Amino acid sequence: PAFGLFIFTIARDPLRIIILIAGAFFWLVSLLLSSLIWFIAVKASDPQDERLQKGLLIFGVMFSVLLQEAFRFLYYKLLRKAIEGLVALSEDGCSPISIQQMAYVAGVGFGLMSGAFSMINLLADALGPGTVGIHGDSQLYFLTSAFMTMVLIFLHTFWGILFFHGCEHRLWWEIAAVVIMHLTVSGLSFCNPLYVGSLVPSYLLMAAAAAWAYLLSGGSAQNLRRFLLCKC
Amino acid sequence: MITFMNNSDSEEEPCNERTSLMSAESPPVPSYQDGLQASEAGEAQAHRKRRAGSSRGPSNIAGGEMSGSGVPVRESILENEEEELTLKYGAKHVIMLFVPVTLCMIVVVATIKSVRFYTEKNGQLIYTPFSEDTPSVGQRLLNSVLNTIVMISVIIVMTVFLVLLYKYRCYKFIHGWLILSSLMLLFLFTYIYLGEVLKTYNVAMDYPTLFIVIWNFGAVGMICIHWKGPLQLQQAYLIMISALMALVFIKYLPEWSAWVILGAISIYDLMAVLCPKGPLRMLVETAQERNEPIFPALIYSSAMMWTVGMAKPDTAARGPSQQTWDAAEDGREHLRSPSHAESQMSETSPVPTRPVTLEELEEEERGVKLGLGDFIFYSVLVGKAAATASGDWNTTLACFVAILIGLCLTLLLLAVFKKALPALPISITFGLIFYFSTDNLVRPFMDTLASHQLYI
Repeated sequence: PAFGLFIFTIARDPLRIIILIAGAFFWLVSLLLSSLIWFIAVKASDPQDERLQKGLLIFGVMFSVLLQEAFRFLYYKLLRKAIEGLVALSEDGCSPISIQQMAYVAGVGFGLMSGAFSMINLLADALGPGTVGIHGDSQLYFLTSAFMTMVLIFLHTFWGILFFHGCEHRLWWEIAAVVIMHLTVSGLSFCNPLYVGSLVPSYLLMAAAAAWAYLLSGGSAQNLRRFLLCKC
Repeated sequence: MITFMNNSDSEEEPCNERTSLMSAESPPVPSYQDGLQASEAGEAQAHRKRRAGSSRGPSNIAGGEMSGSGVPVRESILENEEEELTLKYGAKHVIMLFVPVTLCMIVVVATIKSVRFYTEKNGQLIYTPFSEDTPSVGQRLLNSVLNTIVMISVIIVMTVFLVLLYKYRCYKFIHGWLILSSLMLLFLFTYIYLGEVLKTYNVAMDYPTLFIVIWNFGAVGMICIHWKGPLQLQQAYLIMISALMALVFIKYLPEWSAWVILGAISIYDLMAVLCPKGPLRMLVETAQERNEPIFPALIYSSAMMWTVGMAKPDTAARGPSQQTWDAAEDGREHLRSPSHAESQMSETSPVPTRPVTLEELEEEERGVKLGLGDFIFYSVLVGKAAATASGDWNTTLACFVAILIGLCLTLLLLAVFKKALPALPISITFGLIFYFSTDNLVRPFMDTLASHQLYI
């Protein structure tokens, strides 16, 4: 579905593609830095201690989330500057792409990259022979991974919109909400393999974020109804 | 301008083409008025040595002005407009380059992942005489550095040789060389490639069929690249050739040497294009002085992808005023017409009735030129990442994104500086950084996360 989003909404406009790739790049850099920190922490600690390793991992995850949000903020700043440049260059004084579209594209960029990194090795392994969960792990591993990745990609998209909106209007609580949501979702994934604990709340959160972002983008229940009725 | 430069890369000689993005114009060079020469012949040779890429898109402005009417006065007035247009079209041009680079990388990665032949070590080229099978780390490092030195000096020698030939107008020689190279590339490498692919998928094919297939492929390729052909077919062939060369490199360059060579080549590219005495820069300037397009076989031109199919009535009028890059080669006419048409169709063209402006627009619509060597080295980087990284797809993906971002930045710089720029350094630097860091730092992190099914 995320790829479908890409094809239908982004692939037309070259500027959006560039923003997408740049967004993916920023996510990648944040991942790089956070894994650097984790790596150093692990090397500096005792590899035999299980609990410590687990604790370090959790710390790494949280830190990574915070870094991702920080990079989202940096990306926002960069895009603001870029918009001013584009406005100056365009002929009729208004930018060819609005900040909301940029927010959307940036969100998708982040999401795609994070989803890709989470899934692609799994997919590659899934092509080969093997049985899922042969060592007593859950047999639903692939399925849940797929769903989780999808929800994360969508969440990133919505968070992008919310985040940029918050930055635009200086609504700090909105930004804080995004960060907290992100932390929550990551934290929930610690419940795995108790899937009910992680997937269901994540989807609920996603629905909430989706509604919020939709409202922010100017939609309303009325629009939605009109859209659905027109189509059918 | 942006006619296609065919790339004739063939040759066993590895590399050597340097690729640089060039902005076609060189405003300071006033001698555009020179007659268009049959640069094609000359170009063929150059490809071997370098792949000069020029981004013409934005930079053609100056060229446009110079050509044809050749009234320098208009320059200043036009420049502002052009700048706007340039940057406006910037995004489109970037995408026009993204697509072929992505395609080339996809082909290389797909082949590396599926065909085992290209990851087996079956010996080395004579350009990398030192083996890397030594037991000690220091020795291995030393050997790879020595290999790099040998390779780079080969490249430098060939490049200088090519420039000299070009300067002294030994066009026939260059042309012949290019044809030979592309011949070899199209036939021999394709044969090997096809053989390996068929072996991998266990498909039987008899010799007569193989012969016919390869013959057709090669013949059409030769025609497309060196003569006329539909734009997309030409681009497809150039991409295939780059992919084949990259695969050869990946197979025959030993591990550490490959990375050191990549680094050294980007430094060399930087110097060759930017230093006043650099061979590539001299090549570009000479070509511009003579109003010839550079090496048809060495450069990928992205323009006119959307201009195909537009009918253009009066090409003749534009003929003389064409800028050098458009070079009045007969073969290029059909390519020019679409761009003419395009410029006419573009609404952004300032009302102008002056032919110069239209030309400029044409040039802008021309898109960007990127040397084939750039394609090859990008693909080598990504292919090596796919082949040797233990993190598999993550590393490959990271390198891919890094290279694309590097390309974006380079094009941005091109729009700002408006002269030929090396396309390799930024992208390769990013790619190398990301490769090594992803492989060593991110991979353990992601693996651990995945095994616990944690999400960040």
